[in-house]
Amino acid sequence: MRQIQRKIGQNSHPMRYYGKGMPYIDDAEVKGRLIVIEGPDASGRSTQIGMLTNKLEADGHAVLNTGLRRSELIGDGILEAKKEHMLGRKTMSLFYAADFADQLENKIVPALRSGYIVLADRYIYTLMARAAVRGLNRRWLHYLFGFALVPDLIFYINVEAEDLVHRVFQKNTFLDYYESGSDLGLSDDMYESFILYQRLIAKEFRNMQKRYNLTLIDGNKPILDINAELQKRIDDFLKKQ
Amino acid sequence: MTASRKQISINGKLIIVEGVDGSGKSTQVRLLEKWLRYRGVPVFFTEWNSSEQVKGIISKGKKKNLLTPTTFSLLHATDFAARYERNIYPLLRAGYVVLADRYSYTAFARDVVRGCDPQWVRHIYGLAVKPDIAFYFRVPVDVSFDRIVKNRPRLKYYEAGMDLNLSNDPYESYRIFQGRIIDEYEAMVEKEGLTVIDGTKDIEEQQELMRQKVLEVLPQLMNKSATISVS
Repeated sequence: MRQIQRKIGQNSHPMRYYGKGMPYIDDAEVKGRLIVIEGPDASGRSTQIGMLTNKLEADGHAVLNTGLRRSELIGDGILEAKKEHMLGRKTMSLFYAADFADQLENKIVPALRSGYIVLADRYIYTLMARAAVRGLNRRWLHYLFGFALVPDLIFYINVEAEDLVHRVFQKNTFLDYYESGSDLGLSDDMYESFILYQRLIAKEFRNMQKRYNLTLIDGNKPILDINAELQKRIDDFLKKQ
Repeated sequence: MTASRKQISINGKLIIVEGVDGSGKSTQVRLLEKWLRYRGVPVFFTEWNSSEQVKGIISKGKKKNLLTPTTFSLLHATDFAARYERNIYPLLRAGYVVLADRYSYTAFARDVVRGCDPQWVRHIYGLAVKPDIAFYFRVPVDVSFDRIVKNRPRLKYYEAGMDLNLSNDPYESYRIFQGRIIDEYEAMVEKEGLTVIDGTKDIEEQQELMRQKVLEVLPQLMNKSATISVS
C-alpha cells in the first residue's frame, strides 16, 4: 500500500505559495505544472500561448489556458467598474486580487491536481506592476498575493515601448486608455503617455525579475524564434521532472 | 500603505461598532447617529458590504455558493476599500464623524474562522486608519442566537457558516460558527483596544455608556449642549 502511494506520488510535488497560501486547503500535492507568460499587450503573448498549447497537446499533455479578468464570478464587475472610473486604486487592486483568487482556486488548482499543464496568460506580476506604478506599496502588494502559487516557470516577453506602440497600431488604430496609463496623467499626448507608462511597467518588471525569478525573453525577435526559445525551455523543464 | 495619522492630519473622528449578528450593535450605532445629528454634528454612516460596485458580486457569489474563504475575504476587503477610499477617509479628512457598522475587526474575526491566515487578513486591512473608538458588543452566543433565529424563518448558507462543514443542521452550524467568531473577538479585545459594551443590558443603559465614551473624544459636544440648553 505504502509503495503504491509512493509510486503515485512520484510525479506530485507540494504546492508552494508566495506567502501564507490558503491554509484551509488540505491536499497540498499536485501533479500538474504552472507556466506563466507575462508581457505587455501586443508583445505576442497570446500568439505564443496558442503555439505552445498546440505543441504541448500534440506531445500528449493536457493543457489549460487561463488569463486575468476571466473569472465567472467577478470578471464583468471589474469591466463595469473600470468604465465608470468609480473605484480607487487600492479598491481596484483588491478587486483584481479577488478575481485572480477565484480563478486560482476554481480553475488553476483543480487543473494542477488533475495533472494539467496550466498556461497562464499573465499572472500576479502584471497586477503588482500596474498597482506599484500607481503608487501602491510594493510590500503590501507582495503580502496581498501571499495566497498565490509559485509557478514552475515564468517568462516575461520584453518589447521596447517604441516598438510596442507600432505593434499596437498594427492591431488597432487607437491606444487603449489603461494600457496608456491615461489615468495617471503622465502626458496629454496619448502617444507620449503610452511610451512613458509602458516604460514604468517595464521597470517594475525588471525590479521583480530577481525576486520572483522571471525569465526575460527578447520580444523583438521573430515570432518563431521566440517560440523555439520558449518551447525549448519548457521541454527542458518537463524532461527534468 | 498603513495610514498614519502623523503624516496627514485627520480632523474627523472614526467610531465603529463590532459584534456578532444579534448583539445589538446596529440598533446602538443608529441611536448614536440620531443623537449626533440632533446635536448638529456632521455625521456619515457606513455599513459592511454596502458599496454599490461590489455588493452585487458578493451576493451573486453567495447565492450560487461560489465563494471560497479567500475570495470571500478579498471581496469584502474590496467592498471595504471602495467605501474607505470614496467615503470614510475623505470624510474623516474633512472633519466628519464617521460611524461604521462593522470595520476591519469583522474580517479579522470572520475570515480567520473561515480559515484565512490571521496575518494575511491584517496586512490587507493595513490600509485603514484605526478607529478613535471601537465598541464591541459582548453577548453570550445563546442570546444573539435567540435574537436572530426568532426573526428569521431560514438562515442563509454563508450566514450560518455552512461552508465550514460544522454541521448539516443550519441552526447548529450557525451556533458553532458564531461561537467561534465570538472567541476571535474576545481574543482581540485587549490587543486592539476594543471598548466592551455588555450587549445584554437595557438599550438605554448601553447607549448612555456609549455617549459618555463619545464625549471623551468629542469634548466640544459638552459645550454645544450647554449652548443649546441656555437658548
